[in-house]
Amino acid sequence: MQLDGKVPGGPIESRWERHKFESKLVNPANRRKLTVLVIGTGLAGASASAALGELGYNVLTFCIHDSPRRAHSIAAQGGINAAKNYRNDGDSVYRLFYDTVKGGDYRARESNVYRLAQVSADIIDQCVAQGVPFAREYGGLLDNRSFGGAQVSRTFYARGQTGQQLLIGAYQSMMRQVDAGTVKLFPQREMLDVVMVEGQARGVIMRNLVTGELEKWAGDAVLLATGGYGTVYYLSTNAVNSNVTAAWRAHKRGALFANPCFTQIHPTCIPVSGDHQSKLTLMSESLRNDGRVWVPKDARDPRPPQQIPEPERDYYLERRYPSFGNLVPRDVASRAAKLVCDEGLGVGDTGLAVYLDFADSIGRLGKDVIKQRYGNLFDMYQKITDDNPYQVPMRIFPAVHYTMGGLWVDYNLMSTIPGLHVLGEANFSDHGANRLGASALMQGLADGYFVIPNTLSHYLAGTSLPKVTAEHDAFAEAASNAQGQITRLLTVRGQKTPRELHRQLGRLVWDYVGMSRTAEGLRTALTEIPRLREEFWHNVSVPGEANNMNKNLEYAGRVADYLEFAELLARDALEREESCGGHFREEFQTPDNEAQRDDLQFAHAAAWEFTGVGQAPVRHVEPLQFDYVKPSQRSYK
Amino acid sequence: MSMNLTLRIWRQANPGTPGRLVEYAAQGISPDMSFLEMLDVVNEQLIRKGEEPVAFDSDCREGICGTCGCMVNGVAHGPDAAATVCQLHMRRFKNGDTITIEPWRAAAFPVVKDLVVDRSALDRIVRAGGYISMNVGAAPDANAMPVAKGLADEAFDAAACIQCGACVAACKNASAALFTAAKISHLNLLPQGQAERGRRAVAMVDQMDVEGFGACSNEGECEAVCPKEISISNIARMNREYLRARLVAR
Repeated sequence: MQLDGKVPGGPIESRWERHKFESKLVNPANRRKLTVLVIGTGLAGASASAALGELGYNVLTFCIHDSPRRAHSIAAQGGINAAKNYRNDGDSVYRLFYDTVKGGDYRARESNVYRLAQVSADIIDQCVAQGVPFAREYGGLLDNRSFGGAQVSRTFYARGQTGQQLLIGAYQSMMRQVDAGTVKLFPQREMLDVVMVEGQARGVIMRNLVTGELEKWAGDAVLLATGGYGTVYYLSTNAVNSNVTAAWRAHKRGALFANPCFTQIHPTCIPVSGDHQSKLTLMSESLRNDGRVWVPKDARDPRPPQQIPEPERDYYLERRYPSFGNLVPRDVASRAAKLVCDEGLGVGDTGLAVYLDFADSIGRLGKDVIKQRYGNLFDMYQKITDDNPYQVPMRIFPAVHYTMGGLWVDYNLMSTIPGLHVLGEANFSDHGANRLGASALMQGLADGYFVIPNTLSHYLAGTSLPKVTAEHDAFAEAASNAQGQITRLLTVRGQKTPRELHRQLGRLVWDYVGMSRTAEGLRTALTEIPRLREEFWHNVSVPGEANNMNKNLEYAGRVADYLEFAELLARDALEREESCGGHFREEFQTPDNEAQRDDLQFAHAAAWEFTGVGQAPVRHVEPLQFDYVKPSQRSYK
Repeated sequence: MSMNLTLRIWRQANPGTPGRLVEYAAQGISPDMSFLEMLDVVNEQLIRKGEEPVAFDSDCREGICGTCGCMVNGVAHGPDAAATVCQLHMRRFKNGDTITIEPWRAAAFPVVKDLVVDRSALDRIVRAGGYISMNVGAAPDANAMPVAKGLADEAFDAAACIQCGACVAACKNASAALFTAAKISHLNLLPQGQAERGRRAVAMVDQMDVEGFGACSNEGECEAVCPKEISISNIARMNREYLRARLVAR
């Protein structure tokens, strides 16, 4: 299969403008006759619904939550980047573009990233006008901070709850369209299939999570904004209902899945404390602006951290990366923590933690300033661990946080299925092999507010879309397929709960497809995952019925999909014989343990084609060209 | 270290069937577990026995999405101040305790199943006017309009609402005044929200009545259980905004 990214030509600065001009438009009077199905109401889905509703399309929006304002975008703490250069510190669209391509370890599509940087400033304007209460200075203008390895202050933030405030903004704009009648909202619905008619995505099968009914919805285009696949690891910072099901089922219908092995492990999370844990809690990496990361120089130093004198501490990030220090990108900080713990220098009961110490900052700035900056994070930490971080250094450890891989999309955000568009974390396009801090919110809103309204019109205006209703046979076939799996889950009547099996799967992928990977480990994973899948289908226990609210049944369906997806994750990691960004292969590292890319062989996106459960998928390649940011060894020293 | 507890949990198959409290033993509970992880453990045992687990809502499990919520010994979100039930930890309880767990109780929040209630009435209040009308593309530069820090902070305090519904559950009138007032305050305080100030207050308050929420009688229970500590002074502001729009502006 020839993958065409549909990237416009010409100078990168003018590509998006030109593309918009060359795109076909839908006459305003015709828009209400076109139905767009939007799946998911996080930043990408809610902003797309709002923007398309404002344009006058007939938008049907679905989410798994009881309210569209609960999607997991809400949990993002730190901030959102924008190339506003309000600080006069040398920022520009080009610098944000450059930082993002470099930060992604040269595995993202340059044109997409440039567009993202271009619209970043518009996002801030849009959000402020909607009433998003960003942090302000006494003069009344917006405050900024440096974040996640950036040397300019381009991050806008709203206390420790930037994601919630941006999502409320998008949600409110969407609810305005619901009031106006352009958007119809269907909460408590889970997508179980994409319906294909004549090779185009023309509908979806949704399960009503309250009544259990399978609903058939027809439309002219489908937008997936269903987030990432971090919960394949069972323990992650994602919400417990986050899942890969919609993306995976679209993949099984023909949408290629790109770069699943690019997973992000976030460095500042609260360490695992016991096997009862249902999720890990992230603390914003803004903490690294004022906290210093260290471990004792002596393995298993028995003293409490406050009693270990300065000369006996190893501030390993400051030592190894003198120019970036504690602010190195996430992948680098996470791997460095793993390295010191592998050397036996980890702290806490499990030895799987490092200290994040605020004593210096409290001494320099005073407790009040630290409290003002991080008060809510400190409270959260204390609630969970019962330790007071104003007195004792925090213990932190990396945890799965974000997934850069996702369904392959072209410059128009369209997947390899005509009409099926993929937005936000669910697609693969902008972050390459590693996402920079404060860039996820930017991408979700860029896709929804600014990109899709332009590119979708081009698809709708330029494509022959014969009238299709939910009476079409393809809907019956897809619904019966979905019903088949539900019935199968209910009839196994085995001994293990979906959670137990999910935990087993999570353990497997964390051990073998986690922070560092080897060919041998990945082969083990590829043998073990199908075995576990086999066990699942013989031994899962799903009590209750399909015709009412059955959360355990929903969960079992998501675990079943993860048991298929995990195999692709491991296979992609095995085939990518290099280290880059969040994908670290132990065989490919520099003498000082940094990631060793192989640009000759792997400067491409790997996009996988589904051929059947347990069948070897086909690997397609989209070569990546770097005409502006020349690939170099990333150095933060 | 580990605790054994007796749980009395509200079980109700669907909105049309009467519910009742059912007793369960929760054994080997670690004090480090969160309250919802404790419920996970109980559910795991039920599933292994082939029984239907207790349905309850939760998602982020870090106190920001507003999905979870139940009455724990009669208190919305349980005994910890400024926390959702997912942030409550079992170290707050003692070995041998009996804990009664019930859904939010309000006419406007019908029980869907067990501890799950339908809170869509809150979305409809937002839909009535809880937004600033601003089409994508029409925004001026973000720094074109300074907003005094004090004002921005006050609006933020109100915007911190997570729409969990605890305020309604705690109120003897099942009033949604705190929720509605928080949204009106957030938007009416900001300069961007001025154009629709009066219309917003009237539309949202009227929708609150349509949904069947009770009136506010200044009990303050809502503020006491609010996981985001939203102040009831917002309710006073809502009343002023409503009266201003109804009486003065016309």
